[in-house]
Amino acid sequence: MYQLLKQIFKTGIKTESPPQPDETMRVQPQRLQEEILRVLDSALNIRHVDAGSCNGCELEIHAVNNAYYNIEGMGIKFVASPRHADMLLVTGPVSRHMVTALKRTFDATPEPKLVVAIGDCACDGGIFSPDGGGESYASCGRVANVIPVGVAVSGCPPTPTAILQGILTAISTRK
Amino acid sequence: MPITHPNLHLTKLAGAIHAWSGEIKHDDLQPICQNVQDGGGRLVALWGSDARPVGAASAANSNRQQAGSYEKISQEQSGFMLHIALVNEKGLICLSVPLPAEQPIYPDISRIFPVANRMQRAAYDLLGIYAHEGHDHRKWLRHGAWHGGSFPLRKDFDAVLSRTDEPGAYPFVSVEGQGVHEIAVGPVHAGIIEPGHFRFSVVGEKTLRLEERFGYTHKGIEKRFESMSLQQGAKLAGRVSGDSTVAYAWAYAMAAEGIAAVTPPDRTLWLRALFLERERIANHLGDLGYLGNDVALTFGFAQFWILKEQVLRNNAALFGHRYLMDRIIPGGVTMDLAESGQRTLFEECAMLEREVRVLRGIYEEHAGVQDRFIGAGRVEPKLAARLGLCGLAGRASSQAWDARVQFPCAPYDKLDVQMATYRNGDVAARVIVRFDELFESLRLQREILANLAHGDILSAPLEKLPAHGFGVGMVEGWRGEVLVAIHTDAQGKLARVHPHDPSWQNWPVLEHAVVGNIVPDFPLINKSFNLSYSGQDL
Repeated sequence: MYQLLKQIFKTGIKTESPPQPDETMRVQPQRLQEEILRVLDSALNIRHVDAGSCNGCELEIHAVNNAYYNIEGMGIKFVASPRHADMLLVTGPVSRHMVTALKRTFDATPEPKLVVAIGDCACDGGIFSPDGGGESYASCGRVANVIPVGVAVSGCPPTPTAILQGILTAISTRK
Repeated sequence: MPITHPNLHLTKLAGAIHAWSGEIKHDDLQPICQNVQDGGGRLVALWGSDARPVGAASAANSNRQQAGSYEKISQEQSGFMLHIALVNEKGLICLSVPLPAEQPIYPDISRIFPVANRMQRAAYDLLGIYAHEGHDHRKWLRHGAWHGGSFPLRKDFDAVLSRTDEPGAYPFVSVEGQGVHEIAVGPVHAGIIEPGHFRFSVVGEKTLRLEERFGYTHKGIEKRFESMSLQQGAKLAGRVSGDSTVAYAWAYAMAAEGIAAVTPPDRTLWLRALFLERERIANHLGDLGYLGNDVALTFGFAQFWILKEQVLRNNAALFGHRYLMDRIIPGGVTMDLAESGQRTLFEECAMLEREVRVLRGIYEEHAGVQDRFIGAGRVEPKLAARLGLCGLAGRASSQAWDARVQFPCAPYDKLDVQMATYRNGDVAARVIVRFDELFESLRLQREILANLAHGDILSAPLEKLPAHGFGVGMVEGWRGEVLVAIHTDAQGKLARVHPHDPSWQNWPVLEHAVVGNIVPDFPLINKSFNLSYSGQDL
């Protein structure tokens, strides 16, 4: 126990200040009222859905939870069920085998729901889809082909800072 | 020669890996597999290819019902090819079996190598080649997105005509008896993980049986390769399983360089090994953090992920990408390391060794942690050997295979890698192997930095490959052996690329590891393997 406490004390606080929202990531106008956004701003629940990614984006979503980015310190947390969520964080090109699961997850999320697409594949189909956003026998391409997307964060994978920025943009009060 | 058999004529493949290839008749498939298995060898990968002459490929769609007697066919008339990669202590043995276009059937080998089961089913789903007399013919990678009688990897596959939305029903094996009930989990899980379905049959809290159902992230990677140039293919290979991007990119480059008979400059190879060890370090740090988290020691998660973040940030600063994606290309690497960078990495090594030693002490002395780790998810060495458990999880169950040790390609031939093995086969053993490998990788990183050869990092980048070539690359990634096979066509383009993830071997073993454990221990046991969904779904 002594070692553990000593290590915590020695490590100190690593958390860095969060990035500002970036309006260029917005693909759909903000449709929520300011008061709701103010509520979400202090306690946002996110459900992550991997709709067919290579797991690269998942690595960075994990990293958002580390002490440097400390997403929970901002009152934002990942939850186990879409029924508890305000926001869906969707990665990957949507594989045809995940279409039903993604739609059901979306339907199970209570209104008002926000959708943030994470990574190049979620934005435009990425390397797995022929000719940008294109479909194939196994993939439906970008997430917006299956459910409405509010904010899209590009990158392969996007950095934790960019992911945070995308999440904060989705709940920012600026239109 | 790695194996001898009267009907087997092997030729050594060019390239970095100790590999041989040969063509056999399908009647010889089972005896040769048995021969390798008797000698302690394993099946690494199984895939198929469409070798029908262009234009004459249409008649053979869906005729598995007619599977009857084997017809003798000569090489010129061949329609499809079955390929298997076997490994024994001498090296990698790649065998091809020509199959007739009208009746592409081959003798089942899943009785010899149980691990072949899912690979055979996937080969049928994607190419329509069929394991005769196999005992399990349920679909594997196909759900309901394309018709059962159409096969995506056939050259005459029509993506539009084969579209369907039939429900992906799957006959799970059910367990019956008093008090038995099922828990269905997924494809969308409770954490930040990839999608897959787990069907638990339980009594009370105790797991009687687990059955996995995957293929949810099947996004057509293998088909996608066929429309790509060699360079584009390198990027795609690095995204088969994002957490193993270095291992895949290196295996792909190794296969391509083998076909072209090109050896990249020395410095390139040393840098590749540096990248591979850094990938291992980052993933082991992350897993050790999550394993702490899963037994309610969030301290472990916080501490290990601080260390992992520092490794990732050094990657970004020195090599331009946090996970080193696209740093390895056929012919070389795209980023060099400056001398100042070398100093940064030496300092990082010292810091990590110091910190991880403290954290290991805390994990080992924490009664609550050890109580959850010890005995959970045990895979006995005998079962591990029978099922072909490989990589990190294999080494935690006495399966002493590590490509860096047994088949060291440059620069590992100069590094004398110490293999970490343990025999308990439980979560605790997989944690110990991770710690040991982490320290070994840090030692290797120092060695690599100290011996980094001077010179170019890129020979002429490989633009094109010779026609009708076959090459294979195998790299010991952090999870286990990653294999990439490349076949080129008459123009030297990518005719068929097969990436193979060690998760194919290890997922079925997880089904056994959880039996008798309580359901709440599943996340912990699962994490201790940390297998890839994307890597096996393709």
